[in-house]
Parts: sequence; C-alpha cells; structure tokens
Amino acid sequence: MYVAVKGGETAIANSLELLADKRRGSRDVAELSLEQIDQQLSLAVDRVMTEGSCYDRALAALAIKQARGDLIEAIFLLRAYRTTLPRFGDSRPLDSTRMVVERRISSTFKDVPGGQVLGPTYDYTHRLLDFSLAAAGERPDAPAAPVDAAQVMPRVGDILERESLLEPPPAQSDDRAEDITRAPLTLPASRPARLQNLARGDEGFLLALGYSTQRGYGNNHPFVGEIRYGHVPIAFVPEELDFEIEIAEIDVTECDMVNQFAGSHNVPPQFTRGYGLAFGHAERKAMAVALVDRALRAGELSEAVSSPAQDEEFVLSHSDNVEASGFVQHLKLPHYVDFQSELVVLRTLRAEVDERNRRAALDRAAE
Amino acid sequence: MPGLQDASSQDSGTYNYAYLDEQTKRMIRRAILKAVAVPGYQVPFGGREMPLPYGWGTGGIQVTAAIIGRDDILKVIDQGADDTTNAVSIRRFFAKVAGVATTTRTEVATVIQTRHRVPETPLKEGQILVLQVPIPEPLRMLEPRETETRTLHALSEYGVMQVSLYENIARYGRISKAYNYPVLVNGRYMMSPSPIPKFDNPKLDRNPALQLYGAGREKRIYAVPPHTPVKSLDFDDHPFEIEAWSECCALCGSKQSFLDEMIVDDNGKRLFICSDTDYCQERQQTRQKGES
Repeated sequence: MYVAVKGGETAIANSLELLADKRRGSRDVAELSLEQIDQQLSLAVDRVMTEGSCYDRALAALAIKQARGDLIEAIFLLRAYRTTLPRFGDSRPLDSTRMVVERRISSTFKDVPGGQVLGPTYDYTHRLLDFSLAAAGERPDAPAAPVDAAQVMPRVGDILERESLLEPPPAQSDDRAEDITRAPLTLPASRPARLQNLARGDEGFLLALGYSTQRGYGNNHPFVGEIRYGHVPIAFVPEELDFEIEIAEIDVTECDMVNQFAGSHNVPPQFTRGYGLAFGHAERKAMAVALVDRALRAGELSEAVSSPAQDEEFVLSHSDNVEASGFVQHLKLPHYVDFQSELVVLRTLRAEVDERNRRAALDRAAE
Repeated sequence: MPGLQDASSQDSGTYNYAYLDEQTKRMIRRAILKAVAVPGYQVPFGGREMPLPYGWGTGGIQVTAAIIGRDDILKVIDQGADDTTNAVSIRRFFAKVAGVATTTRTEVATVIQTRHRVPETPLKEGQILVLQVPIPEPLRMLEPRETETRTLHALSEYGVMQVSLYENIARYGRISKAYNYPVLVNGRYMMSPSPIPKFDNPKLDRNPALQLYGAGREKRIYAVPPHTPVKSLDFDDHPFEIEAWSECCALCGSKQSFLDEMIVDDNGKRLFICSDTDYCQERQQTRQKGES
C-alpha cells in the first residue's frame, strides 16, 4: 500500500547526516576555524550579533559556521541559544561620548570638536576585485594613530541641542528597561521598544524602508548628524553593591540622524532626531534604523502618517527576519488536510456551476 | 574564545526539564490560566525563541513544555498523522528534553499536540489538546491591524465576519470557507480554531478535554475549557455544514472520518485514506480480529 508519509524518523536522521556533510564541503579543503570567521568575516559576525541580540563574537562565528554562511539561519541559531541564558540584570545605559572611536564622521559640519576620523571604510574604495587576495599572502600592518582612551568625544547632536536647534532626546526614566524578548510587543509601542525591535530587525527590510523615505514615501530630509564606531565600556551595578563596575567593552556603531521639522502648533521649528545603534561595525544598519525611527515618529510629531515606513504596526510586525523566515518557509510543511478541505469545497462549487450551465443549456434547447 | 566552553556545556543534558526555564514556564502557565478563565480571549504572552522555526509549532511547543509533567504521555500529530516529519521532529524534541513517554494512541495520551486536525477518537475528561496556531486573530484577513481587532473583540463587534460570510453566499451560493472556520466561544469571543478543516469544528463544541491554543510568532495563548459551547458561525437559512466524501477509507473502510486524497499514478488515479493514522490503524486491527 502506498503511504507517502511513512518513515519520517529515518528520513529526518538521514537528512541531518547529509546536511552535516554538505556543511563540511570537500574534505580536500581545510576546515574553517572560528578564529578565521571572527577575524576575516568580521562584518558577518557583527550582523549576526546585532540581529541575534547577543554580543558574543565566538558564538556568532560558530553560528555562521554551522549555518554555512547563511546569516539569517545563523541569527536564528544564536537567538535560540540566547533565549536560554539567565538574566543577571540591566547594564547602565551606554555613554557613547566615552567611545574610543575608530571612525567618526559628520556630514552636517566641515569640522567638529574631536575631528572627523575616516577610519576603516569601504566608502572611498574603488570596487575593483582585488585579485591579489585570491592568493594567500601576508599584509603589512596599517599605520595606527595614537589613541587617547580618556578623550571625551562630544556628540554633534549635543552641540546643536545646546542652541535648541535640535530637540533633546527623551527624558531618562529610572524604570527597568523594557525587553521585547521577554514581554510581547504591544502597540502602540514605546520608543525604546521600537528601537529594540529595529535593532533586531532585518537589515535588508529596514534598508528598503529607509530608502523609501528618501524617495518620498514619508520624507524627513535627513542629514547624518554623526556616525561613530568604536569601543565603549559597559557598566553594571550588581544588586549587592551600590556602585558601578565596568564589566566589558563592546564595539558599536551609532548613528544620529538630523531631520527637518517644520514645527507644530506647540513646538517651534527645529531639527528632530532619528537614532540607530548596532553591535560591531554596521553603518548601513545603524543609518537605516535611524531613518525608520524618525519616520515612525510621524504621529508623535503631528505629521501625516501615509507611507509604509511611518506605519508602526506594519514596520514592527514585519521587521524580524527569524519570524518572517519561519512563517514564509512553514509553507513547506504538509498542508494536505487544509488543501483537501479546499478541494472538497472547490469541487462542490464547480459541480453547482456545471449543473447550472447544463440546466441553462436544456432550457435553451427547449425554447 | 571563552564563550565556546559555555556553548559546549549547554548540550541537551544541561537544558532545563522540557527546555524552558521554570520562570518562563510559570509565565506561560499564568497566561494559560487567564486564557481558561476567559474562554476564546487571546492572551498576549512573552513568547520565547525556540530552537524550532516560527511556523513549525513554536506556540504549541511552548504550551506543551509549560504543562507537561514526568507522568504525562505525549502524542504529537500533524495533518492527523503521527508519522509526518514535523510530528516526528516535535515528538523527538520532547522525548529528548523532557524524557517523556510518547504514544501514537489517542486514547492513552494525556497531552496531544496537534497541527491542523482534531483526532477522530473522542477525547475524554483529563486529556489536553494543544493546538499549534499560525494566526490567532480570526479577523486578521479582514482587518490587518492588531490595534483595531482588539477593539472589535472588546466590543464584540463581529459584523465584519458575518458580512464576509454573507458575501461568500452572495457570490457562490454557499459559505466557501473550508478551514480555519471562525467560531464563537461561550457566546462571547470570536476565535480562530487554527487551520483545522471545518470538519473538525463540531468536535470543539462541549468537548470534555481542555483545548489550549498556542501562537508562538504572534505571542498569543487562548483556550476552550472542557464542556464549553463552541459555535461555528452561520446563518439560519445557511446552516453550518461539514465536508463529506462519496468514497470511504481504502484502508479501514471508515465513512465517518476526514479523508486525505492521494494521487497514485500518472493518470491521476485517486486513493482516499483516513488522515487520522491512529484511528485508521485501530479500525484495521479491529477488522482483522473480527475476520480471524
């Protein structure tokens, strides 16, 4: 007897074996080490840490290796691990003015206190394939500028803010930070919840939404107030102590976008902010987040909400690539019961139409 | 790389019983209790990221993980069958993380996790049916906004669904909704029964077992307590009706069960068999005993 679904257990076991084999690839080629992924595919590691909401380069590298370079799969792996980790508490808010910057640019002023620091960027590379990379070879070290870790780097936004040209960031509350991975997202969402959602959101989705605002679907005339990338210390106040301890240093990219705003009946014209933060070096992501963050503030700033990027429910419900990937791909699961139901209904409807046509033909013949 | 030691020690052996940590289970149980107290109401819960993909039953898995105890006997079905790949995968997951006894027999199971079907064998008091739900909101395809649909539920404002069913009748002469057929629970909340065929809707009504519905991606849990009235929406002149086949099951001869259709040759020859594999096998065994 033909029963297509038998043998699921063996099929799955064999499939897992095959997958592991494919992951390894040809045994004639040396196996990738996690250090290699961490060091030489570092931007992939950065993306997986950002959208996986877990700052751990080694685990992200492992996820990338296990996922054969499929970054969305790697993000999923890292998140499924992260969800089992105990929570010790919240860190103190990051102070990005204490960042030891590797790169820092502003497009709003020719020079700014602390200077423009170009740092490592693809921006001015010519996109010519470098065939010398096809062969292994050692590279000499790049020249390094002296680093002053104690230097405080004021944000461009803060300077504009002093003249009231730019709105201040929302007042700090002492409440515990919301955590959208622990509590369900409710709508309308607070801005911190929104920014968390965007930070975890798919880079491609947010990039397209940000781009759409530039093409007129909710334009806010953005300027890059500042982008900075570098190392920031993280401080934590343990429950049993009442003072801060610096527990680590992480790399982040921060984007402060300055946007036009005509003012409303109770607010004079001023610049407004869109904000984006990502782990590691991720300027495209941080900028996209900043654009979408500002677009989502339309309601709060009494602007018309007319474009997809301004639509909070649309953006926040569809930004997560692990959710999206799962639900799109679940269509591969068997649906034959529902399909059978549809078949029964469709056949009934078609039989009724046939019957009607047959009777109509008989009636015509009778006339 | 210090993180790696942590990763290797997190092997299956060191995960908490039934995968989720106890705090998370408590949070889910609180949501379940609320759901049972307000039948058909969608309770938001802090859905966790599971090691299985969204859309594969993460809601049902979290509900099962929160309620399953060491003495439970678990049955997992997908499309009514115990041996479909996803059912196998979920059963394996619980056998691994909870070491729980599993079965394919509806009668002996205490917890039955299912996707797209309600078993043919009538459920008993004390059993729990856990349904995996993709889209918990019955009004979603008519109103995509959560902020709107929550208001509609609060006001019991369900006219939009009645209109949609009426449009079906106006267009096709009958209600053409085949699965995920909307129901009214306890005369109050409209509920999506999850994508079960409407054939299964009558089984939800006054069922002695507890029905728990889990939607992982959408982070909602809802419930139908035992013996609760569940009414499939209809009109006086267009009463609710279920699918019927002119064929019977080719394996057990049942005329009462939901039949799957299979194409068995290039000419499109069809074969009909029960979608509920346990029900079908039980019947085949009884028939064999009768013959011998």
